[in-house]
Amino acid sequence: MKRSQRLRWQATAIATVAALAVAACSSSSSSSPSSSNSTAALTASAPGITATTITIGSHQPLTGPAAPGYSEIAPASTAYFNYVNAHGGVYGRKIIYKYLNDAYDPTTTASVVRQLVLQDNVYAIFNGLGTPTHLAVVSFLNSDKVPDLFVASGCDCWDNPTTYPETFGYQLDYVREGKILGQYVAQHFKGKKVAFFYQDDEFGMDGVKGLDYEIPASMVVTKQSYVDTNVNIAPQVAALKASGAQVVVSFSIPAFTALLKLYSLKLGYTPTLVVSDVNSDVYTLDGLLEAYAKQGGATVSGSQLTDGIITDDYYPTPGETSNSWTALFKKIHDQYDTKEPWDGNAYYGEAVAYAFVQAMLKAGRNPTRADLVSAVNGGLTQGPAVAPFAYSSTNHDGITGAYIAVMSNGGLTQEGPVLITDTSATGSITTYSGTEQTAPASGIPSP
Amino acid sequence: MTVRTLPRRLGVLVIVAAIVVFLSIKLNTFRDYQIAEIAYEVTAVAGLTMLTGLSGQISLGNGAFMAIGAYTTALLLLHLTWPFVAVLVIAAAVTAVAGGLVGVAAARLRGPYLAGATLMLGVALPAIAYAFPGVFGGDEGLNVVFTVPSSLGANFPLTRWQAWVSAAVALVTLLLLANLEHSRIGRNWRAVRDNDVAAALDGINVAAARIRAFVVSATSAGIAGALLAIVTGLVAPGAFTITLSIALLTAAVIGGLGSLPGALWGSLVIVLAPTYVTDVATSHGLSASVGANIPIVAYGALLILVMLVFPQGIQGGLDRIIAAFVGPRRRTRTGRTAPAPAITPSADPPGSPGPASQHEKEGTS
Repeated sequence: MKRSQRLRWQATAIATVAALAVAACSSSSSSSPSSSNSTAALTASAPGITATTITIGSHQPLTGPAAPGYSEIAPASTAYFNYVNAHGGVYGRKIIYKYLNDAYDPTTTASVVRQLVLQDNVYAIFNGLGTPTHLAVVSFLNSDKVPDLFVASGCDCWDNPTTYPETFGYQLDYVREGKILGQYVAQHFKGKKVAFFYQDDEFGMDGVKGLDYEIPASMVVTKQSYVDTNVNIAPQVAALKASGAQVVVSFSIPAFTALLKLYSLKLGYTPTLVVSDVNSDVYTLDGLLEAYAKQGGATVSGSQLTDGIITDDYYPTPGETSNSWTALFKKIHDQYDTKEPWDGNAYYGEAVAYAFVQAMLKAGRNPTRADLVSAVNGGLTQGPAVAPFAYSSTNHDGITGAYIAVMSNGGLTQEGPVLITDTSATGSITTYSGTEQTAPASGIPSP
Repeated sequence: MTVRTLPRRLGVLVIVAAIVVFLSIKLNTFRDYQIAEIAYEVTAVAGLTMLTGLSGQISLGNGAFMAIGAYTTALLLLHLTWPFVAVLVIAAAVTAVAGGLVGVAAARLRGPYLAGATLMLGVALPAIAYAFPGVFGGDEGLNVVFTVPSSLGANFPLTRWQAWVSAAVALVTLLLLANLEHSRIGRNWRAVRDNDVAAALDGINVAAARIRAFVVSATSAGIAGALLAIVTGLVAPGAFTITLSIALLTAAVIGGLGSLPGALWGSLVIVLAPTYVTDVATSHGLSASVGANIPIVAYGALLILVMLVFPQGIQGGLDRIIAAFVGPRRRTRTGRTAPAPAITPSADPPGSPGPASQHEKEGTS
């Protein structure tokens, strides 16, 4: 009897406190967005849009394995939005960019994106970072009809307008990139032995797919893969050396590119390295090389080790200050993003924010969510990118081309023209004949 | 008393279910999602708190059991369009078998050795998904399609349905665990935990009791994994890192080891706290690298604080507070001399994770 009383007391207490706890959580969010100025021209035309603000959200790896380098992207985008806000905003509205940390864990991504959409009522999800992470929310965003713009991942999977009409890729996808790098290797290293080193997921496999389209199978002596949770790649590097490959094409993230380079040195193996543009931020790669070597008790010069590595890039380089885009983004970075370094990630963050502002301006004064999607379907001008976007109602891929570049002195040197292509096996690789745009004097795109 | 146990627990279950339904309708859809998150979290934590708090075995591998349950669910829903209840039963059965296998090995290990072995499981098992991308979808994982039954109408929010299903499953699991806790099996666990030699002398099969605890704990984790699969809609290895296993143990310890209500408190803390702290951290204009790490710091600080203030976890602390106010009155009425016994293993010295200290001397196995 006594026991039952105590248990009943406990159960009631639990139920009450649980109810209070959850109810308390909701109190801050129960108010609906107010549509105050009914007479003004600017209206609350969609969730996340008021007469004065546009609220957008994102998931970013601010901590965890993907954070080094990538955690600089969202602050750089914020810097660009703040610049736009200070110069008249988007039709007078200020952009509020709320990005939450998912630590590159898909379960957390699922949770924070639902918080942004269901509770914070964001207008759109912008530049959500990562393939496995964003895949966790792409169905949810599309079934809730939330614009999902410019996913920060080169997976070819975002180009699926039938299933995912709300989702748009942004950067050069890995299949196109593999084709462009593959053609270069096939043309410049004729008769040499070539090996592939790649991450065992869609990033690496899409890249290899593109490479296989262009490099004759007779040239390829071995294909070695790694998983990003195991840093011991000594067996793979030994296999690369044993194959006698003179050229190693690597679809690896910067940390593993650095490990590949260091393990090769240890074995006295010095093939020509051709790496994916995810490594083209030489600043990050140099830093990783020096840090890893230090852990192993050696001192190296990162920029000496990266000299001569071949890669590709789809923006002007951060060191090219005579370029109008670089000058613009550097200026904005120095004013609004003082806490983060000026490098390729900062460049990327500002460039993708520029594309978003362009899409918003195109969507009209009082856009609905569907207006934004159809604005992007109507195509965007390439802005800072060296090649045009693929955007149309039947294609949701982003940047379609890149130039080959060689690393030297901690920076990149362009080699040859900008090349554009598609994701098919037979699609040709052509020199881009259009001219690159110059940055608008105002720093703000026109619709 | 035993006659009235079941109706009483059923009564509590109905009340809590009614509260969940009320809240899910009253609150916004994101809160529905959080209710669903809390539900799968509490299911996993409850199983672990039984294992660690009652049978005295530690596990850092329950995240792996969640992965087994989640992948089983995803594969069954993907390839056979069975009703979710059937899928749930199979997911639970598969993890029960896995738990039994691990339990056989675990019954021979003690304290840090057991922690190490289960840690290995927690780290290694999710990596299988990378090894067989054709079956498990590799890094990208498997999509899980879970829809609202058409009988509820076209406009019924999916998150509310997910909250209902998860909460219902969680409550039934908790009911079963509560019954188990107060049954002969639960008493045997406590006997084994407190002194396995004495328990063996009393005729308890110590190894069998330990294996049974592992099966129960793994099954709960498997059910939780199945719920996670339908709630998040994606099963990927990135969701089942060692961090998850540690978070489960953290929730069990914060809530109060061995206490089912404690499992709820712990789950509330680990689901709700990060959202709040992130809101606070981002609203003060800190640089990204500082702001992003504040939730982690706050989480650590909260853990230390709870352990300092409530060495027996939140439920232990509540019991103490209740005893301070209600205890004296009840004592005079019932003639008891001691305050109401805490349901956590209060014999442990404060701050020590119960089981480790219990097994310093080698017992029979």
